[in-house]
Amino acid sequence: MAEVQFRFRDDEPVADPGVTVDAFGEQTNAAAVRLEPGDDARDLIPHLARLQLIEVNFPVFGDGRGYSAARILRESGYQGELRAVGDVLVDQLAYLRRCGFDAFAPEVPLDPADAANAFGRYAEVYQPTTDGRAPIWAKRHSGNNNG
Amino acid sequence: MYKYDTYDRAMVDARVEEFRDQVRRRLEGHITEDQFKPLRLMNGLYLQLHAYMLRVAIPYGTLSSAQMRMLGDIADKYDRGYGHFTTRQNIQYNWIKLEDAPDILADLASVEMHAIQTSGNCIRNTTSDQYAGAAADEVVDPRPYAELIRQWSTFHPEFSFLPRKFKMAVIASDIDRAAMKLHDIGIQIVRNEAGEIGAAFYVGGGMGRTPMIAPLINGFVPIDQMITYSEACLRVYNRHGRRDNKYKARIKILVHELGKDEYTRQVEAEFAHLLSQNIEPPLAELERIKAMFADPPFEAGAPDELDRSDPDFALWVDNNCLAHKQPGYIAATISLKPVGGIPGDATGEQIRLMGDLAQQYSFDELRVTHAQNIVLPHVKKADLYALWQVLDANGLGTANLDLVGDIIACPGLDYCSLANARSIPVAQKISQRLAGKSQEIGELKLKISGCINACGHHHAGHIGILGVDRKGVENYQLLLGGSEAADTSLGTITGPGFDEDGIVEAVEKATQVYLSNKEGQERFLDTYRRIGMAPFKEALYG
Amino acid sequence: MKILTGNDLKTGAVTWWDGVQWSLHVEDAVDVGDHGDTILARELAARRVNAAYAIDAVKDQQGIRPGHIKERIRALGPTVRPDLTLKPADPAAGDWVI
Repeated sequence: MAEVQFRFRDDEPVADPGVTVDAFGEQTNAAAVRLEPGDDARDLIPHLARLQLIEVNFPVFGDGRGYSAARILRESGYQGELRAVGDVLVDQLAYLRRCGFDAFAPEVPLDPADAANAFGRYAEVYQPTTDGRAPIWAKRHSGNNNG
Repeated sequence: MYKYDTYDRAMVDARVEEFRDQVRRRLEGHITEDQFKPLRLMNGLYLQLHAYMLRVAIPYGTLSSAQMRMLGDIADKYDRGYGHFTTRQNIQYNWIKLEDAPDILADLASVEMHAIQTSGNCIRNTTSDQYAGAAADEVVDPRPYAELIRQWSTFHPEFSFLPRKFKMAVIASDIDRAAMKLHDIGIQIVRNEAGEIGAAFYVGGGMGRTPMIAPLINGFVPIDQMITYSEACLRVYNRHGRRDNKYKARIKILVHELGKDEYTRQVEAEFAHLLSQNIEPPLAELERIKAMFADPPFEAGAPDELDRSDPDFALWVDNNCLAHKQPGYIAATISLKPVGGIPGDATGEQIRLMGDLAQQYSFDELRVTHAQNIVLPHVKKADLYALWQVLDANGLGTANLDLVGDIIACPGLDYCSLANARSIPVAQKISQRLAGKSQEIGELKLKISGCINACGHHHAGHIGILGVDRKGVENYQLLLGGSEAADTSLGTITGPGFDEDGIVEAVEKATQVYLSNKEGQERFLDTYRRIGMAPFKEALYG
Repeated sequence: MKILTGNDLKTGAVTWWDGVQWSLHVEDAVDVGDHGDTILARELAARRVNAAYAIDAVKDQQGIRPGHIKERIRALGPTVRPDLTLKPADPAAGDWVI
């Protein structure tokens, strides 16, 4: 299992690897689950309160289903660790972060400087997500005018 | 026109630096071509047959004079002196060096332009009606809604790795001038009986190897929920669109396989959920954008008469100009289809000239049409003759809008690495062969694609031509009866294909069948629809 | 014969493997026999070429002729812009691709 290279949480990481969604349905005490692209994130909604770690696997970086899975989980109130694993590349980091991922375990470790640039590249965003960043339209109409 | 504020500017500036960094990492070997390819594509940079090609976004086809001049300068400075206007209202350059690309993006950013998401499996540049803001038949100007979509779709965190590319079009009149129903999402801005503005959503249209006309899935989404509804449409697609086969990955296949009703049900369920997430920009944002699309300061009481004493000018007016909502004004189309020319190509000098003319005669505004022409949307009729004289003197005065010479053609095998056959030489030969008859033939939309991906919209041509590879030799199939207007229909293949000279011959024969069967004011398409395929087949193969 | 073609990574220019390096001219292309994959792997890794691949070609009186029209157009340039091909002085150069 790849190391967690970036983590934006203060709590202790869960040590157990995530079980599959199928196994999770049977193991009522599991606190970590691993979501594959074809899994339905909404199946986990009844169990979010006891989950501490959801790994979302990206077998190939071009398969973008994990982005929707992440947003659905966060929109449903999931507060635990959401970890992107697999073919996670530098240029995906900012998108993943915005969708709710707060931990990253790339199969091939990333250049830390490149990753830092990627996380911080865009000071503003056009869309609201659950990451708490105010979208540009909110700033435009917050009362403070700008050029 | 939309003007960037500090936020928009910071966004494109950050993109330039990001791309500069991505190029650096590729050139230094930190990322492979497989990893770099989707990154460069998301910035419109392809590797084509002869070089890199850069596609620059022209949001909803609207440009200022300064932007147009910059496009001309880029053609001269970084390319080989010309650019190619595309069927998605963009421009692309054929001879770009990878090492120059970041500097080009910086030049574009200086005039509020970019190449963001002009390729890749993401939401592409949104297209619209080229006469927006000028047409007498529009409910509202559709562009503010398209701009709202532009911002929402720019670097959308969830929808940047979709199963396949995603194209949207927004119109606001019953006459469809943007092939709206042949898009992944086509939106028609409408007014309901209560007088409220809303968005009708047509989802799952497209051309390519499985052409489909988008079904209406919701006839009236309140305008302050349009973005949320779009998000729901996209999320269902991102989660459930096919990823096992690139040829079945467009949303049209998902809508088709699920059925329109089931797709709609899933969208409505997702929409209900997303309404609770407050992702919709406030109406104040729409109002802010709308203010920038207010009418230019038209001169009240401008004379409405034209001096038509010059017959060449009168012909150009009749063919290339459209009635304007403002008395005394007219929308003029500059044809980029000179007889025997390359459809959609313009030299750097011509591009700058069109920019200058827009400044002088059209309140600083130009439009690119999906038929690869340029529109000066707001020309005072009193200025029209002077404008035409300059155009005519510079090879830009061809009077053939919507006639047989106004051919849409993709770059084809002369430039494109996906093509199976050349498109441009076929367009050139047909345009030369039928130039003398084009007034007699009247409206005839001829569209040529060099492969099944259908960038030349061949399915939607009154006459369509599809280039195929038959055992290593170029071969051309003929289609009849397509349309991308409000009466959208898909063309039918006539039968066995032709070689390059044969297809030119076949098109001429088809026009002869039309002329000898035409009744009254029928266009080619009307006659075809009335008499059917049989007489054409008889003439072609009998 | 088997020959190799690709694009220059920085400029995008069409290139052909001449046995030592990448040439702009198809006439310089050499038969790589069974060694295509080895050469491609090495050259791509060294970033001396991009998107390179092997094709069939024949040698005739005019030189080396790629087996498919796509590579013949790559070798010459766009047939609709003779001025931008590698043979701008020869108006009939486009006939070679057919």
